[in-house]
Amino acid sequence: MGAINTGDTAFLMISAALVMFMTPGLALFYGGMVRQKNVLGTLMQSFFALALVTVLWVLVGYTLAFGPDKFGLIGGLKWLGLNGVGQLPDKAYAATIPALVFMAYQGMFAGITPALITGAFAERMKFSAFVVFTAVWSLVVYAPIAHWVWGVGGWIRTLGALDFAGGTVVHISSGAAALAAVLVIGKRKGFAQEIMHPHNIPMTVTGAAILWFGWFGFNAGSALTSGGLAGLAFVTTHISAAAACLGWVTAEWLKTGKPTTLGAASGAVAGLVAITPAAGFIGPLAALALGFIAGAVCFYAVSLKWRFGYDDSLDVVGVHFVGGTLGALATGVLAQKVLNGAGADGLLFGNAALLGKQAVAVAACIIYSFVATTLILRVIDAVIGLRVSDENENVGLDLSQHSEVGYVWHE
Amino acid sequence: MLATCHSCESRNPGEQGVSMKKIEAIIKPFKLDEVKDALHEVGIQGLTVTEVRGFGRQKGHTEIYRGAEYQIDFIPKVKIEIVVVDEMVDDVVRVIQETAKTGEIGDGKIFIFPAEGAIRIRTGERDKDAL
Repeated sequence: MGAINTGDTAFLMISAALVMFMTPGLALFYGGMVRQKNVLGTLMQSFFALALVTVLWVLVGYTLAFGPDKFGLIGGLKWLGLNGVGQLPDKAYAATIPALVFMAYQGMFAGITPALITGAFAERMKFSAFVVFTAVWSLVVYAPIAHWVWGVGGWIRTLGALDFAGGTVVHISSGAAALAAVLVIGKRKGFAQEIMHPHNIPMTVTGAAILWFGWFGFNAGSALTSGGLAGLAFVTTHISAAAACLGWVTAEWLKTGKPTTLGAASGAVAGLVAITPAAGFIGPLAALALGFIAGAVCFYAVSLKWRFGYDDSLDVVGVHFVGGTLGALATGVLAQKVLNGAGADGLLFGNAALLGKQAVAVAACIIYSFVATTLILRVIDAVIGLRVSDENENVGLDLSQHSEVGYVWHE
Repeated sequence: MLATCHSCESRNPGEQGVSMKKIEAIIKPFKLDEVKDALHEVGIQGLTVTEVRGFGRQKGHTEIYRGAEYQIDFIPKVKIEIVVVDEMVDDVVRVIQETAKTGEIGDGKIFIFPAEGAIRIRTGERDKDAL
């Protein structure tokens, strides 16, 4: 009880490093999709978010998320500044790895989640407003939701809903927040009139590759041990990414007549999003089906913004909100307790109750994140303003927010 | 001082009494090396090249990003600029037209402008001696 396992510990540290790499990978994924004049502004948002949230996590985020439970809603402040979080395992979480390693691993998830939202308000947000938003969101939205779903005593965990690696905590929370942000911040100038297309798809594909690679740490590491369960999550993750790439490309080939590189990269990411809540609860063939469907569904989902007229610039809603919801509900259908004793059976295996619990968890995260994000943004807007000026939006974020130029074509 | 007039004839022949023209040719980018080699053979020593975008009768292309189609009207082309003495103009135009032509829409155009003077920066040579 509480004895450190060196295999588990090594695996978790490597997994934490893999997840860390996903945030700059996300930066590249997004960066290639914006216009050249905004590439640095976009990269900066993700990169800086990792740094900012890490510092906050260590000071107060971790204890809020995983500290001893209060009313099922939040951890306390007992571990403020990592007080009491040391080299010995915490019996409640990951009993075979040092508490510090568990904290660091979770911190990587906390870092990437607000970075996901940046895709929704790309190319138009003031950097100062972004910093305040990210800091507040990580403490007021991410930490509580993480507590509800993963914290011992958290009400969603107690309810029995399953989220292996963050379908609700990461993707639905950021996806719902993205939708709120899009509605509060408004469209880019020229949206649907001017041509705004990716300036560097090779960069985006590189980012997608890094995300796929890092996701092995994101999902397999969430087993919190090195062994069969981690192996299952590793495999389901990979299969879902691959199947989803095929699903998206198939759907777009049928609809537009052309398979695209951006589609292949986006499809893989959609599959990774969808498998995140399910990775350690469902089987390989279930992952294949889920991935293929997620790829196709998310392809259609990203066209909703044209139909409804909202400017979700980099499709955070179409991929993370829709993909995360699909994956969380699919977990309620495809889960098998025989694969993971800490899980449950889903609808397909004779247990309808799980799907209901998943639905409750999904709905709670959507509502809380959407409402809280809307409030946070409105307050920031009232105090310092969210958007760059029209002129700065024309000039671009790189020059207006950072006085930098991404590419220098002359000496 | 020499008077200037605004007719299309060669005017202001320069200190050496030699009239010059500037030739601008807009061509398909993949033809650049062929055109450059052909110009060497008729005695052209130097030229300037810019990458440009434009359109004429050649239509642009369609790009698709995440299912959304965008019609791009501008097509990449290359612009060559050369300044030559009047006697060379016919050869240069002929050579450009022969090598840059593919027979497909979008082959490009050649424009001829009067050039009032030319100076070699290093030596100060003027007009014909600067070319």
